[in-house]
Amino acid sequence: MLRYILSRIGQSLLLLLIVSFIGFAVLTLAPGGPLSQFALSPGMTQEQIDKIATQMGLDRPVVVQYLDWFRHMLIGDWGTSYRDGQSVLHVIGSHLFATLLLMGTATVISVSLGSAIGIFSALRRGSVFDYTTMLAAMVALSIPTFWFGLIAIYIFSLNLGWLPAGNMYTVGDGSVLDYLRHLIMPAGVLALVDVAIWSRYMRSSTLNVINQDFVRTARAKGLTRRRVLFKHIVGNSLVPMITLAGLQLPMVLGGALVTETVFTWPGMGRLFLDSLGYSDYPVVMGLLMASAMLVLIGNLAADLAVALIDPRIRLD
Amino acid sequence: MSAATTNTATRRPFIKSRAMRRFLSNKMALVGLAMVLSLTVACFLGPHLLPYDELFIDLRARFAPPGTGAHIFGTDPLGRDIAARLFHAGQISMAVGFAVMLIATTIGSVVGVVSGYYGGVVSAVLMRIVDAFLSFPSVFLLLALAAFIQPGPVMIALIISATSWMEVARIVDSEVKSLRNQDFVQAAHMLGLSGRWIMFRELLPNAIGPIIVAATLTVARAILLEAYISFLGYGIQPPLPSWGNMLNGAQQYLASAPWLAIVPGVAITIAVTGFNLIGDGLRDALDSRSQGH
Repeated sequence: MLRYILSRIGQSLLLLLIVSFIGFAVLTLAPGGPLSQFALSPGMTQEQIDKIATQMGLDRPVVVQYLDWFRHMLIGDWGTSYRDGQSVLHVIGSHLFATLLLMGTATVISVSLGSAIGIFSALRRGSVFDYTTMLAAMVALSIPTFWFGLIAIYIFSLNLGWLPAGNMYTVGDGSVLDYLRHLIMPAGVLALVDVAIWSRYMRSSTLNVINQDFVRTARAKGLTRRRVLFKHIVGNSLVPMITLAGLQLPMVLGGALVTETVFTWPGMGRLFLDSLGYSDYPVVMGLLMASAMLVLIGNLAADLAVALIDPRIRLD
Repeated sequence: MSAATTNTATRRPFIKSRAMRRFLSNKMALVGLAMVLSLTVACFLGPHLLPYDELFIDLRARFAPPGTGAHIFGTDPLGRDIAARLFHAGQISMAVGFAVMLIATTIGSVVGVVSGYYGGVVSAVLMRIVDAFLSFPSVFLLLALAAFIQPGPVMIALIISATSWMEVARIVDSEVKSLRNQDFVQAAHMLGLSGRWIMFRELLPNAIGPIIVAATLTVARAILLEAYISFLGYGIQPPLPSWGNMLNGAQQYLASAPWLAIVPGVAITIAVTGFNLIGDGLRDALDSRSQGH
């Protein structure tokens, strides 16, 4: 077990290395870059721009820049933001909570709702409910998240006036209830795609479990339908879903980026877009690394959880 | 010519006809097909039937709601006809979708077949690269790329492909690994055929089913991703319309002109649902293992 965990951590670190390499290559080799803004202003001479490049260390070869960035990253110095001179880790840290809150709430919604729908569809396979929900799931999978957000704002904020159209809290209020009112709509919008995915996978996972011998045995020994359902079917159908939750992380994170933009939610997604707009490379690079880390940690946690829960899986 | 050729020659029509029948008896898949076909016809015929050009600006007719005169879907903040823009945008968005399908499927198939055929270190390296690409949220990577290029439809198709080839690579890799030790491949080896021949003439054609499924789903994904980045302002740039950039300014007019947001979004949803349904139907039809789910 310990050996497995260590080797998985090793693999994850290797992946992070590749990720950092890809990210850095994309950002530095692309045309434009942080100096292009200066080039636009008419008062700037080429000498001044060169001077700034030297100050920022941008005149060095890309490989040297990368190695320098990498060495500093390892000891926890992710650079400083070009925009306001704050440390990148601090900037990301101050946006992390909002994103985690949004993703966490969305995951809770999608897991509970998606599993319930999936199990119910599987138990009533071929029924009208089954067909309707599976078609609905397909449509939900295909709706652009941001557009669903716009429509939700149109209905619930502009027409009904029930919920605020954006931000995380009202200035001067900030009570739990106020946070909740701001959270419901973006979390629900972000959850939509995942509800669809979860219900589809949960349905086929449940169909798999229903036909297993142990379910027949449980029925044969005279357990009530309800006991069979909750003790034997639900638990076993959920195991593969844990892996799925890990694999879905990049999608949820990507969805959060767009959802945050629509709902002016102060999280990492908004920060990413703002930083791109300002060519704030250190922050963009930091966010790419942070999101990859989040994904890798999530996947590792999911695999470990499966191994702990399911005795049939041995990790060696 | 070889055992493999006769093998496929006797098998293919059989599978094709049965898969075809299974696909055609799948109602959901047919609904998807109908959605995609009608949308395609509308996008390519529509512009010829409308009295307005997609770039024609009429400042007196700004924000006309749907049904005003000949503006069936209304007009935008510059008084341009939304229907004309929508259909034109559809041509561009769907062209991007198909281009991504071709490019991403090609990259993915080549990476997958090389990794699956050679195995060992080659496979380990290639699949770690696939893993690395998969551990970014693709929207992040896509935006980072899009922010620094000249965003025309061709470039957008290329960068979406750069973030969409991994699924195909994984599928082909595992498919080829399971085919590698079968008799027809051994036979091809014994005949002295080159590795390249075996990979692209023997292995890939036998993995075509899952590739077609993945390719169809890639079209759906590409249309969605184009919409995401164009909505955020980094995709296809106006005045050239795309479904995504038609939504770009829609949020600020949500209260006064909601049709600006509703119309293109419905088109995207129909297109993506259609391709997803077709992909699902193809999976059920081509893959005997997924039967019954």
